[in-house]
Amino acid sequence: MSTANTNTALDATPEPIIEARQLEKHYPQADGSRIQVIAPINLAIYPGQIIALLGASGCGKSTLMRMLTGLSPATGGSVYWHGQPVNGKFPNVSIVFQSFALFPWLTVIENVEAPLEARGIPPIERHKRALRILDAVGLDGFESAYPKELSGGMKQRVGVARALVVEPEVLFMDEPFSALDVLTAETLRGELLELWLDHKIPTRAMFIVTHNIEEAVVLADRIIVLGRNPAHIHADFTVSIPHPRDRKSAECIELVDSIYRVLTHPAHKDETVPPRTYGPGAPPKSKVVMLPHTRPGGLAGLLEILVDRGGRVDLHRLSEELSLDLESLLPTIDTAVLLRFLRTEEGDAIITPDGYAFAQADIQTRKAIFRKAALANVPLLRQMEQALRAKSNRTLSEEFFRDLLDEHFSAEESRRQLDTAIQWGRYAEIFDYDSQSGKLTLTEA
Amino acid sequence: MDIVVFLFVFAAIFGLYAVGRAWLGPGRPGAQISQDPRDLPLYAFYSLVRMAVAYALSLVLAVAYGYFAASSRRAEMILIPLLDILQSIPILSFLPAIMLAMVALFPHSQFGIELGSILLIVTGQTWNIAFSFYSSLKTIPRDLREAAIIYRFSRWQRFAELDLPFSTIGLVWNSMVSVAGGWFSLMACEMFVLGNRDFRLPGLGSFLQTAASNGNTRAILWGVGGMIALIVLLDQLIWRPVIVWADKFKFEQVESSAAAHSTLFHVLGRASVVHRLYRRLIRPFFNWLAITLTQRAFRAAETFGARKPGRARTWIGFLLLAAILVGLGFAVFHAARELSDLHHKDYIELVRSAALTFLRVNSALLLSALWTVPAGVAIGFNPRLARFAQSVVQTAASVPATALFPIILLFLLRLRGGLEIAAMLLMLLGTQWYILFNVIAGATAIPTDLKEAAQVFRFGSWDRWRYLILPGIFPYLVTGMVTASGGAWNASIFAEYFHFQGRIVSTAGLGSTISGASDTGRFDLLLAATLIMATIVVLINRFLWRRLYRLASSRFKLET
Repeated sequence: MSTANTNTALDATPEPIIEARQLEKHYPQADGSRIQVIAPINLAIYPGQIIALLGASGCGKSTLMRMLTGLSPATGGSVYWHGQPVNGKFPNVSIVFQSFALFPWLTVIENVEAPLEARGIPPIERHKRALRILDAVGLDGFESAYPKELSGGMKQRVGVARALVVEPEVLFMDEPFSALDVLTAETLRGELLELWLDHKIPTRAMFIVTHNIEEAVVLADRIIVLGRNPAHIHADFTVSIPHPRDRKSAECIELVDSIYRVLTHPAHKDETVPPRTYGPGAPPKSKVVMLPHTRPGGLAGLLEILVDRGGRVDLHRLSEELSLDLESLLPTIDTAVLLRFLRTEEGDAIITPDGYAFAQADIQTRKAIFRKAALANVPLLRQMEQALRAKSNRTLSEEFFRDLLDEHFSAEESRRQLDTAIQWGRYAEIFDYDSQSGKLTLTEA
Repeated sequence: MDIVVFLFVFAAIFGLYAVGRAWLGPGRPGAQISQDPRDLPLYAFYSLVRMAVAYALSLVLAVAYGYFAASSRRAEMILIPLLDILQSIPILSFLPAIMLAMVALFPHSQFGIELGSILLIVTGQTWNIAFSFYSSLKTIPRDLREAAIIYRFSRWQRFAELDLPFSTIGLVWNSMVSVAGGWFSLMACEMFVLGNRDFRLPGLGSFLQTAASNGNTRAILWGVGGMIALIVLLDQLIWRPVIVWADKFKFEQVESSAAAHSTLFHVLGRASVVHRLYRRLIRPFFNWLAITLTQRAFRAAETFGARKPGRARTWIGFLLLAAILVGLGFAVFHAARELSDLHHKDYIELVRSAALTFLRVNSALLLSALWTVPAGVAIGFNPRLARFAQSVVQTAASVPATALFPIILLFLLRLRGGLEIAAMLLMLLGTQWYILFNVIAGATAIPTDLKEAAQVFRFGSWDRWRYLILPGIFPYLVTGMVTASGGAWNASIFAEYFHFQGRIVSTAGLGSTISGASDTGRFDLLLAATLIMATIVVLINRFLWRRLYRLASSRFKLET
């Protein structure tokens, strides 16, 4: 576990509200081994803090959040609520969902009243409380509207109101602004921060899951970067820049840069770490390279931009210019790095000779270069090619490969891995794939 | 507005009284069914009450079944395949068991026969509603379910504010299909002979049936007219407003532009009596219910860790399971004994009739497809025609084919092989609408871009059909054919065997075997024929329709 800028908040506030001790998640396998999804994690949420959990898609941040709230059971370790273990009981928390998760058949006020009804609060009292909170989030006059009549931003305001009406000690937010357009997201972020800073909401701590680095930097007092496969705490930043923060200020830009550095630094690359296996008799697993979920199409675009910029570019600046967030840029970078078209250094991306050749080539030559790089650097594709070559009819069903992957990944992840591998293999003309029959056939040169 | 609503309330009270008097009176097996058109309104009312009670029971049963199947993995494994089988059993096969049980339970009052008739309708209606509810529950988005958990919704609140609203649209559409099926089988459900015992109940179905048996053409026409009037009225007064109301439960984040419309719904919405009733009575009741239920759940949740599943409960579960297994074994044993009584000649006969019905059903399907596909595409490609045709087709489809059957027979029986044609015609009448509906919907859904592309590349009409139209409507066509196929098998029971003009007209087939066996009280034959029919239907579903469905949803789905 690498810690870039650790600073425990212990001296300021001694008792955490929620504390995870050795919290982990794994799935059992038929052969007695396990697939580790989340490595044992220690994490404490202290009062008065906004914590941002940052990570690329599919790294397990949502799962971790759901374990902290009690929605998803942990397979090891426990969550403590004011020092008491929570088993099956739900601590007083709320979640704001990315998809809003409003009940479309209930009006705005009925949506906000529903959690109060669940707590057995009489109608008049809950109506009063709901009105008060709707007023606070700026929804005065929309009480009797149905969610479908509202814009995305208004819907998420209802989501926030519903979360706050139960006066949660910790407010969890699962990518609350990523379904909104940029301007609306900015407005909502500002309003939420204002409510928090002015102590207008009863919440004692906030926990935001996000893949947007700038969002984390603007909002959070503490940023936890999650590494993947299995998920683990990769870095833990404490942010003490005073509010309101200017994202163009030198401090903010420096912080964003250093987060980028952590996310792309080769020393912290964890793709080649094999999933941990436990259990008696578990055979030692070969090294697995996890494929980033990209299509080869975007690769050329990225490399061409790099060639235009003289072969080296600052990733943060690039993401800003292209208005791409981490979610969409990072996997493409990972792909390029994996194929050795690119290397990263101090938050910069630098093109390699292979990458340069790829960017300059025509369509057919690009495929040839891609094929060579893929077979050399992606063990899975190499294995697939060898397996197909070994068969007399050069054909195997995708089930065969799925079974191989199932030993290393959860069922869902192995499906995604295979889908990505098939995309790459088709592009590289290593094999053909018939989606109807699910058969892979080696492409003869 | 208020006055109209009050009048309705008075009428309802009077109706309740009439029904009570009729049902609680002494049993009158073999009661005379009037043929006087002046009795039609009362008869129609009796039938309506029967249907309403049956539907209410079906709904409750279906919701319970679906809820239970969706809530437990183990229950799901048994209940869902079972649903497939139950759905494929024709209602006449349930008749002897239900009727004899009910009459035995209430030997001295009409109530037993009424209840039997109602339960019979239920067995035809409840399964597809149950399946719809189950599959709705299974498709509730994860976020909504998590929201319900994190905000500590009680079981009741989760049911009332999440499960039920999310399933409402599916429930409404399937209810309409179910009730239409109920009208279809009404004639069989109101009048049946079991061996030497004769049960008949005053109602529209028995009126028509009696008229057909006596060959009373005037009464047949009156009966059919009454039935059509009742069904059109129900469509306007009940289903249309319900569909408009259900629109509120559509799970969408943006409002769609094309909303359903019903005049009655708006009238009711404006009547202040309705509002007052809702505010004063209905809402407070549900509030009270919710609070009582949630407070109990809340207290239970607070003492969560302490409560463990009691020993007694697991024991009761085991006992229940054992009882069910014993009962099942007993039933299988007896069924096997009944079946072994059958002569092997009977089996040869059964196989032959199964083959005949199989041919008949599939020819009917083919014929329906042959005319509905071109017609549906023509309608669907013309938006103005589509809107108009949609409502005409809807009304036409809601008239149960069995009611028209006596009229058809009047004309066709004079011809050679007339019953053969009539049987096919009845199946056609019962099934073609499903296909037509779906083809129109499919043709309307083909994107304009694709049509324009076909135009730009100057597709000939054959190529247009091959590359554009047939693939475009394929998923819809499959959906329509699945429903139609099930309907046609069920229709064979009414189509192949009929009491008409004082005699029985029948043609060889599995349907007529079932009707005949039920008529003559040959339970062994009835059981064997039912088993064969259920097996055929389930097999066709498994091996033909399900595969086509998968193909339709993987290859022919139009996605943007």
